[in-house]
Amino acid sequence: MKKINIIIALLLTITITMAQEKGSVLIKNGTVLTVTNGTLDNTDVLIRDGKISKIGQGLSAPNGAKTIDANGMYVMPGIIDAHSHLALDAVNEATNPVTAEVWVGDALDPLDVGIYQALAGGVTTAHSMHGSANAIGGQCETVKFRYGEIDPDNMRMNGAPRTIKFALGENPTRVHGGGNGILPRTRMGVEHVIRSSFQQAKEYMEAWNDHNSNKSKKGYKGKAPTYDLRLETLADILKGNIIIHCHSYRADEIYMLMQVCKDFGVDKLVFQHVNEGFKVAPELAKFGAGASVFADWWAYKFEVYYSTAYNAAILTKNGVTTSINSDSGELIRHLYHEAAKSQKYGGLTDDEALSLITINPAKQLGIDSRVGSLEEGKEGDVAIFKNHPLSIYAVPMVTIVDGIVRFDRENDPADMRLYPDPEEKIDVTFWEAEDHDRCMANTEFLFTDK
Amino acid sequence: MIKNIKNILTLTLVALAGIAFGQIPSAEAGTFALTNATIETVTNGTIQNGTLIISDGKIGDVGTSVSIPDGAKTIDCSGLTIYPGMIDGGTQIGLVEVSSDPRTRDNNEIGDVIPHIQALTAVNPSSVIHPVTRVNGVTTALTMPSGGLFPGTAALINLHGYTPDQMYAGFKGVVVNFPATGRRGRWDRRSDEDIKKAAEKALKQLNEVWAKAVQYHKIDSATGGKDQPYYPEMEALLPAVRGEMKLLINVNSSKDIKSALEWIDEKGADAILCGVSEGWRVAEDIAKADVPVITGPVLSNPTRPYDRYDRPYANAGAMLQAGVKVAIRTNEVENTRNLPYHAGFAATYGMGKEEALKAVTIVPAEIFGVADKYGSIEKGKVANVFVTNGDPFETRTQVKYVFIDGWNIPMVSRHTQLYEEYLNRAPGVEK
Repeated sequence: MKKINIIIALLLTITITMAQEKGSVLIKNGTVLTVTNGTLDNTDVLIRDGKISKIGQGLSAPNGAKTIDANGMYVMPGIIDAHSHLALDAVNEATNPVTAEVWVGDALDPLDVGIYQALAGGVTTAHSMHGSANAIGGQCETVKFRYGEIDPDNMRMNGAPRTIKFALGENPTRVHGGGNGILPRTRMGVEHVIRSSFQQAKEYMEAWNDHNSNKSKKGYKGKAPTYDLRLETLADILKGNIIIHCHSYRADEIYMLMQVCKDFGVDKLVFQHVNEGFKVAPELAKFGAGASVFADWWAYKFEVYYSTAYNAAILTKNGVTTSINSDSGELIRHLYHEAAKSQKYGGLTDDEALSLITINPAKQLGIDSRVGSLEEGKEGDVAIFKNHPLSIYAVPMVTIVDGIVRFDRENDPADMRLYPDPEEKIDVTFWEAEDHDRCMANTEFLFTDK
Repeated sequence: MIKNIKNILTLTLVALAGIAFGQIPSAEAGTFALTNATIETVTNGTIQNGTLIISDGKIGDVGTSVSIPDGAKTIDCSGLTIYPGMIDGGTQIGLVEVSSDPRTRDNNEIGDVIPHIQALTAVNPSSVIHPVTRVNGVTTALTMPSGGLFPGTAALINLHGYTPDQMYAGFKGVVVNFPATGRRGRWDRRSDEDIKKAAEKALKQLNEVWAKAVQYHKIDSATGGKDQPYYPEMEALLPAVRGEMKLLINVNSSKDIKSALEWIDEKGADAILCGVSEGWRVAEDIAKADVPVITGPVLSNPTRPYDRYDRPYANAGAMLQAGVKVAIRTNEVENTRNLPYHAGFAATYGMGKEEALKAVTIVPAEIFGVADKYGSIEKGKVANVFVTNGDPFETRTQVKYVFIDGWNIPMVSRHTQLYEEYLNRAPGVEK
């Protein structure tokens, strides 16, 4: 039995290695929801070598390209989740309030079947994030759901801007002040951790600048500062090379981080969860900070008790670039439904609601010139739905990444695991739902009250 | 005219006071006539251009030619549809406020065999979650204690009232967590052997407790209850053993469902299966055993990594198809309000709209034995209804009115209040 499994695994490996990275496909006669240029009826979308080469009517497929009949279906840009922990083998390096030196990109897991389940909800790109245990956590990775590829490097969205996880409020104060007995224990402490880290990075950067500009001068006696990856990373934030994505809930802490960032000239800032973002929406808009929110999660901890499902609508109406994220292997499968909640709670238009899961998260990740809408020249990431994606009756049918079909409701087998574990006991079931807030994965050992 | 202005002023002041202090305004009692409405009765088809009379907390009349009683407040429902209030067949609403804070959790008492512990006792009528839930059309929910083998007695409540008794909707059931052979979650690191042993031990205990309860019943019947020592656990199990109270059996994996069905048959218990996430695997068995099911959450991941991605969505429909009586639950607290979306996904993935609507109205009412009062729009039933501008499952649909026990519920919750206050915040950036 084991042998058979190994043979199957080998066969799979061969098939997978042969899979192309980029493909061509013609999607015929769909209702095309471009998100940025309105809705086009009865229109074709042609993807050639992984890029959208033409949107129009009566297009024909290049030789060898697959054709999908989307008559009566809706064609939208692949959904983007600005907050996920899928495809990761590790989430939290919960050993220090500042761990800017670590990077989840070192722990990618392309075999996670959760990736396929997300594709089955029309998602093509996700921001796989470090957890929220630390005030300044690790660097994150923007991945494309090229499920089937087994080389972790093939999951990366090459060229996507660097991002880093920050976290405010209960999580870092519980982990460090509560669990480890060190600062920060309060929101005051969190500010100090971030401010002092930025200050150290500034001094480090200045010391290097100083050294670099003087080292070739005659009679210079100084020596190079000690290389420090943590400070290098923080300095890159100050230089504007890394976008901060900050786990946050309460209005005061959101406001605090904007003040700290202003003081250090940092302007690339996106708040994650940001349940009380609606309270400081004018300030967020003025700063130009993004907000990536849950559609309606609230009350699972005290800092989200004063929440409203109208958050996304208030932020949008105040001019804040807003997205709806999942932070969950469950929610990510129906972000199209989560986006529709902004129509119930606040009456956003179809385009506004769809933007929350397409072009807006793309902007927050700095990849909006490549993905997030259906435009010629953009990457061939597409989700095809039966029924309008904002309807409760929507059914994702086909999901395409870089012109390659990665999910096909009609034709995929039930078991989509890539590497079945030959030792796995098949009758063992999970019978309780995942906890909220996967952000705290790998820190459970610190707590006893739950 | 002057009187009218005075009334308007008073109303405005009352409304303002409510908003200023962040409180939910009181509901309004009275006689109401909801006119020109489409009425989905659930049990007797759809009435076009109909009128619904609410009086004395009941549905006074319903139809196309009903007379409006004197003094009734008329609400024009042109373009709107009236549905029976939705019933969530399994939640912890009222027992939990902020789930991460142990001081606000009253769902999980110490002890393995504590069927006498009453959920209704700890239902907090002032939970801010009730208004948030009911303005979405969910008027009624079963709230369940959780924990060990017999974690307590669940109660069906309406989401309006100032005491637990005012909320009580007439059904209680003893909860059983059927010994599970599966893992509780990703964090459950027990070995397969340990899981098996724990399940066997729990099943032995379950049988022992039941045997004891049967014994207790025999003594109680023989003595007429005279001189029985105080034994609250057995007192609580007595009606269940006698078939006067239902057992709510939480069970999920297919193997455990089959064991539970055998157990129910062996003991002759009057039982409801709850959870049942792998019901589709053994749907024929459940149908054959004729045991009703309350399943959910529908919005969940497959229980096994090799199962098809949409199994949880399709589970309710698959069981229905096999002939099982199926109601839907969220198993939620603060997002019990999403019940229509759980039903909507079930509808989309095989159950169909009509049956999914029944699964959150008349079916749970029947399963709980309260279909004479709840679950459909019929003359004489309790006036639990909601009024929408469209399909109740569609995400964008707005709920316009909610009535619980005939009380006209204010369409206000913490979520709407914060929206009102912050949409156009004043002062803005500059004070």
